[in-house]
Amino acid sequence: MEIAIFARWLHVVGGVMWIGLLYYFNFVQVPALAQAGAEANSGGPGGAAITKYVAPRALFWFRYAALLTWLTGAYYLAVGPMNYTLHGSFTLGLMLPEPNPGVTYIGFGAWLGTIMLLNVWGLIWPNQKKILGIVPATDEQKAKARRVAFLASRTNTVLSIPMLMFMQAGSHGLPFFG
Amino acid sequence: MNPLDTLQGTVISGLILAVVLAYVATQLVGG
Repeated sequence: MEIAIFARWLHVVGGVMWIGLLYYFNFVQVPALAQAGAEANSGGPGGAAITKYVAPRALFWFRYAALLTWLTGAYYLAVGPMNYTLHGSFTLGLMLPEPNPGVTYIGFGAWLGTIMLLNVWGLIWPNQKKILGIVPATDEQKAKARRVAFLASRTNTVLSIPMLMFMQAGSHGLPFFG
Repeated sequence: MNPLDTLQGTVISGLILAVVLAYVATQLVGG
């Protein structure tokens, strides 16, 4: 088997898990915890079980899926058969002797994915560790961590929309201005 | 109000960013 094609396959599998869990956090868990918290004083079960049992597992698969997705994507760009060189992609095709829409488009996707990976490991996970009590934090620090992690997660949801558009654009074109 | 505080604002922001970046990308490749 061509190892670059295998890497691309893993890239898609990892990406589905990463973005699937990102959407789970944003579309399901955050609104559910907000409702659970609001109803906790009126007989509701609260969100403790989600925070204790679900969130840590979801975050584990989320952050390692993000890493797998980035590493396999970078590997594919570096050695894959599509002339998507790592350097050419990250310079948006501007260093190439002639325009190559596929390289430019995947370059936009690669940059968006890279920013998202840095958000996961640099903002979301360190702040979630405070929120979940994995590292010690005061109530004030936890409140700040909650806001930073929330906004980083929402930012990644925003970025995922153009990122997924660009991931398909090389082979299937852009839906706008194409 | 921060548009990222609501799901609608988040999705709409993503769609707007997609359109803007698609325009920039097509300009870069001479589209």
